[in-house]
Amino acid sequence: MIRDVAIVGAGWSGFRSITPDVSYKELMYEAAVHAYEDAGIDPRRDVDSFVTVGEDYNEGISIFDEYVPDQLGALHRPVQTIAGEGIHGLAAAVMQILTGQFDVVVVEAHSKASNILTLPYILAFAMDPVFNRPLKAHPYFIPGMEMLRYLAETAATHEACAAVVAKNRSNALLNPLGAFGVTISVDDVLSSQPIAEPLTRLECADHSDGSIVFVLASGKTARVLTDTPIWVRGVGWANDTFWLESRPWGDARYARAAGEMAFRTAGIKSPSKEIDFAEIDDTFAYKELQHLEALGLCPPGAAGGWTLEGVTEVTGRLPVNPSGGALGEGNLLDATGLARTLEVVLQLRGEAGERQIEGAEVGMAFGWRGVPTTGGAAVVLSN
Amino acid sequence: MNGNRVAVVGAGMTKFVRRAQETAKELSWEAAHLALESCEMSIDDIDAVVIGTAPDAFDGVHMKSEYLSDGCGGWGKPVIRGYVGGGTGVFAALQGWYHVASGLFDTVLVVCEEKMSSCQPHPQAAFLTIFDHTTERPLKPNLLWIFALEMNAYMSRYGLSKRDIATVSVKNKRNAVHHPAALLGDPDITVDDVLNSPVLAWPVQRLDVSPVTDGAVALVMSANHVARRVTDKPVWVEGVGWNLDTAYWTNRDLSYPVYVEEAARMAYEMAGITEPRKQIHIAEPYDPFDYKELHHLEGLMLFERGEAPRAAADGVTQRDGDLPVCPSGGLLGVGNPIAAAGLMKVAEIFWQLRGEAGARQVPGSPRRGLAQAWGDLMQVGTVIVMGI
Repeated sequence: MIRDVAIVGAGWSGFRSITPDVSYKELMYEAAVHAYEDAGIDPRRDVDSFVTVGEDYNEGISIFDEYVPDQLGALHRPVQTIAGEGIHGLAAAVMQILTGQFDVVVVEAHSKASNILTLPYILAFAMDPVFNRPLKAHPYFIPGMEMLRYLAETAATHEACAAVVAKNRSNALLNPLGAFGVTISVDDVLSSQPIAEPLTRLECADHSDGSIVFVLASGKTARVLTDTPIWVRGVGWANDTFWLESRPWGDARYARAAGEMAFRTAGIKSPSKEIDFAEIDDTFAYKELQHLEALGLCPPGAAGGWTLEGVTEVTGRLPVNPSGGALGEGNLLDATGLARTLEVVLQLRGEAGERQIEGAEVGMAFGWRGVPTTGGAAVVLSN
Repeated sequence: MNGNRVAVVGAGMTKFVRRAQETAKELSWEAAHLALESCEMSIDDIDAVVIGTAPDAFDGVHMKSEYLSDGCGGWGKPVIRGYVGGGTGVFAALQGWYHVASGLFDTVLVVCEEKMSSCQPHPQAAFLTIFDHTTERPLKPNLLWIFALEMNAYMSRYGLSKRDIATVSVKNKRNAVHHPAALLGDPDITVDDVLNSPVLAWPVQRLDVSPVTDGAVALVMSANHVARRVTDKPVWVEGVGWNLDTAYWTNRDLSYPVYVEEAARMAYEMAGITEPRKQIHIAEPYDPFDYKELHHLEGLMLFERGEAPRAAADGVTQRDGDLPVCPSGGLLGVGNPIAAAGLMKVAEIFWQLRGEAGARQVPGSPRRGLAQAWGDLMQVGTVIVMGI
């Protein structure tokens, strides 16, 4: 990239399956205060621009960006919302710094999923209103069909998908943010209630509440603010077609395109060799495998085998979702990608505690917009 | 400025109508197609797509930009949606600017779409959901009420009459007669028509307000090296600014939009503008209500506080005046499909500076123009300064 950009501060609140004691504003405030303290900055003096991430329907408020400035210390400053994935928000912040007009930019994303009493109905409003919504299908039929197609097109097995759940929820036991950590077997996952066959209940990430805030700075300022800047080496994002009728169900083309852009901007020629570990969307277990292959981190069709062989465990050759991923930390709606990014930051800083990957130098995070979309965003970070 | 220099090289828009037969996707496609055609580009020349669209509640589509993405030309491309309520239209152009200025992209397509007619029986119902769920929504507020409060605050502060303000509505609806995409152009409208229109929430009357509208607008923005190859009349982005005030709008002095001033200061500083009244030749401030045009002209520091109504009465803001304001016809005349309306203003500056505004062309070859939008809970200002 043409200018150095680094993450110089990180803060979070949650992640918990319910947060009846705090509002979304308080979640955001807590995360922001931690991030500002971590970066050693005063938002009112030192921050040039703020980016928040939110979707109206998830918030239950139209024009949600109205309600973000106060709790972030962002009054009378440039503030914008990205209605997208958390990593889209991160990319927006990176672009602002790259223009040279902004030195320090803050990005925030959050989830208050526990406030949403009828999540599947909300999700159904994302379906094409003319062609698909009249079918009145639960939106989770889409991951069910995708999974079926993915398993048919590759060597991956349902056992491999279940092994992703066992691995990630086990990883979450070592993560204070892992709200869903548990020791669980492949058989437990396979025999759990079917959601949309072959997808089972335990292969779908439960939702959780939380907020994540990052402080980003240009290279020069980053070196002044911290001894451990985490460099943004590359960003990428892409959409495939939204039409259910014409998308490739087995292949996550959006992840491939987003990954290609991130690697191109990072100057990475061979992702599987140059990326030490990855935090990638696993809001449904098969998605981790599908995304691993689409991102080019493993050969096509090999992700299932790799998982069963332990390659993607914390101690493996390519640790994937050492945090526990969305299966272990919960699906944080629009903030899920920033939760993935947070783990990459903590690992690269050497602050990941018991799940620390030795010698981690380059990591990537990938976030997906979720059912029924084909949008995703990726970021490559290094220490 | 650092980074890439950025120009607008193409623009297109659909007709603004009360109830479009096209789906939101089709409207987006039409605007995107026209913008690309205007600069003889194809979708293959586009590196990224920026989408602007205001509340999902209008169309009743969750994650609306995902739904719109392929209509906007985003298939297989980086697509992103920025969102600052009513300010989104101009903000989308600012977001297009930083995509290109960052150096990550050479050419981006900016598409803003709004389809308010899907919301039955009237989109005002969707606006109920913009209010704070604990402190305000139980009062069942209507958007018109809070703007009535603001209009009242503005009028009381400076001792203005309804007649002072109604001139804006007359000017813009007359200007819109010359806009081929306009919904509410009226060559014969008078101040008395405005003053005699039905009262909605005093002092707001029906002809003080812009209409419910469907429509889409698109721009093509390019980096310096591409812009010069594509066109011999690039319109450069000289300054950008945006600013957000507190969500607790009830605690604020509503008579002056300080957030618009902050956004303008940011844009002027970037553009090297020290005397806006002299250095800006043409302005498209946001005019969803007639008083808002005056309010914003003051916030933009183009007139002293409380002085804009007199300038309007003196004809300064007419199309052939010293500072033409909303020569397009604005939201009051062309229509107000929220996000698309803001981008329409940016497109109008583009056409005016290139001398392509046809019957709407302001005299005197303007060299620098400004577009501004406003939104949220009377809270956000977005400003773009463009020049040739």
